[in-house]
Amino acid sequence: MQLALFIIFGGLALAGALNLLFQRHPINSALSLVVVMMSLAVLYWSLGAEFLAAAQVIVYSGAIMVLFVFVIMLLNAGEEEKTHGSRAAYGAGIPGAAAIFCLLSFVFLSERDALGKVSVGGFLGNAVDNIAEVSATLFTKLLLPFEVTSILILVAILGAVVLARKEQ
Amino acid sequence: MVPTAYYLILAAMLFSIGIGAFLIKRNVITIFISIELMLNGVNLTFVAFAQMWHQISGQIFVFFVMVVAAAEAAVGLAIIISIFRTRQTLNVDEIDLMNS
Amino acid sequence: MSHLTNFEVFLLLSVLKVAVVLVITLMCVAYTVLLERKLLGRMQNRWGPSRVGPFGLLQPMVDGAKLFLKEDLMPLAVERPLFLLAPMIALGCALISVSVVPFGAVTRVSGVDIFEVANVNIGLLVILGITSIGVYGIALSGWSSNNKYSLLGSLRSTAQVISYELALGLSLVGVVLRAQSLNLRTIVDSQSAHGMLSWNIFGGFQFVAFFIYMMAAYAETNRAPFDLPEAETELVAGYHLEYSSMKFAMFFMAEYANMITVGCVATLLFFGGATSMFGHVFDGFLNTRFFNAVFPVLWFVVKVFGFLALYIWVRATLPRFRYDQLMSFGWKFLLPLAMANIIVTSFVLAMRG
Repeated sequence: MQLALFIIFGGLALAGALNLLFQRHPINSALSLVVVMMSLAVLYWSLGAEFLAAAQVIVYSGAIMVLFVFVIMLLNAGEEEKTHGSRAAYGAGIPGAAAIFCLLSFVFLSERDALGKVSVGGFLGNAVDNIAEVSATLFTKLLLPFEVTSILILVAILGAVVLARKEQ
Repeated sequence: MVPTAYYLILAAMLFSIGIGAFLIKRNVITIFISIELMLNGVNLTFVAFAQMWHQISGQIFVFFVMVVAAAEAAVGLAIIISIFRTRQTLNVDEIDLMNS
Repeated sequence: MSHLTNFEVFLLLSVLKVAVVLVITLMCVAYTVLLERKLLGRMQNRWGPSRVGPFGLLQPMVDGAKLFLKEDLMPLAVERPLFLLAPMIALGCALISVSVVPFGAVTRVSGVDIFEVANVNIGLLVILGITSIGVYGIALSGWSSNNKYSLLGSLRSTAQVISYELALGLSLVGVVLRAQSLNLRTIVDSQSAHGMLSWNIFGGFQFVAFFIYMMAAYAETNRAPFDLPEAETELVAGYHLEYSSMKFAMFFMAEYANMITVGCVATLLFFGGATSMFGHVFDGFLNTRFFNAVFPVLWFVVKVFGFLALYIWVRATLPRFRYDQLMSFGWKFLLPLAMANIIVTSFVLAMRG
């Protein structure tokens, strides 16, 4: 059953990513990315990372992407046009992306046996559930990075407010 | 039981589609969105490996990636808003010189 | 049921639970509309709807029929896919939140708990996540209407909702600290020791968190006194201006379903959920399996009903906030207060050891 879950939601993520590529208006790209993120949240849950699935939905698709959609609606920039630069980019971009994908999948497929299989549901080290395990490591061994990221967010808030303010 | 390689190949596909969109698209916001797609591909790789090796540090790294992506998105969009205010366009071909 | 495997029994019972909970929730949404109209009418010294059926009890049926039969107008310039998707997102998210709520005591039929649709270890985060996704319904409805005033109304409402989501999430951290889990059943069980005295609002001293949660929930559901984006006198009725008949009904139902979800979450987290007010004092009284299953559900319904009445009472009493007052209230008052609540709660819990 994990295979069915993987195929359905992996296919949905892939369809969303391709839709992002082929849509002309940025709002459709943003909404396709929301679809990708929600299906990735399901894949994280199937890999046993419940907290990350919830964080992906709440933080990534529920806050960051809402910010993107908000800015797109506010700026109202319109559809893309075909310019000289964009035709040159097609010539360089598509082969480049395809080359990177071929390289990565060659590496992964050649090591397919060494990578093994994953099972549905999590592993539990010495904690009751996934959240307890994540928080046990996050608040003891990795406390300093955690506090540094909170300062990072504070700096980002200040930076965003200063940059987006109207000139007076 | 799904082979780990399938998850990794899916993540590689998302990453390369993100690179393709980054190189092809001309709207600044769409380029920014493709960066987020690349980050999501990388997150999936981390979570798959965390499950494979039964270590929690992969998931914690994804947590930090999400936090940094949030901070970067906020600041980047603020920059885009101020670019729009001065140049009145979001096409990267037209905002690529410092004074124009 | 012996010829079915465990998984098939689980699947069938789950589908049955989902269907029953969905139907009951939709009926509750319809009758919440009637409750609001009657209570508002009474508080304004008039009868509410009272002509259709005894005490106006058939009014929701008639209203539903009216909304179905209205002409479904779709202006030419709207973006059709997003226009059709926005009310579906709004109503879908409002209804999905009920799936993790335990509305009764643990009662197992063939090994499946029948009073909770899904027992998820991160139930509280699921509810917060669904609330975050519901923002898209509002944002897309204004955008796809292709109408300046709808867009402005929806941008205002989106900004309001995402601002108050922070205070909402932070106010629930105190409860989670006391219950040591995000599982809603565990949170309810942590409040069942001594009846009313061990509820999180009294024994857990989370009254500040409760106050913050109520304010933030009123703002999240776009209800009075925070209903500026959708008031009829402001910005031509806001983001659902271009919607008619069935799609408008979906937005309308989504608002009342969100009210019911907020009521459910508030009872679970602060008022002991399905446990009784008297705790274990009356445990020996009527101790049959049937009554042990039914009475907790009745307690839950009474508590949620109390919250709905509180919602309507606040709507009838308080005037509307202006938009800048609303935003500064959320960011400058509720958010620091929620953070102070977390600090004080964790300090007290650390002191107690």
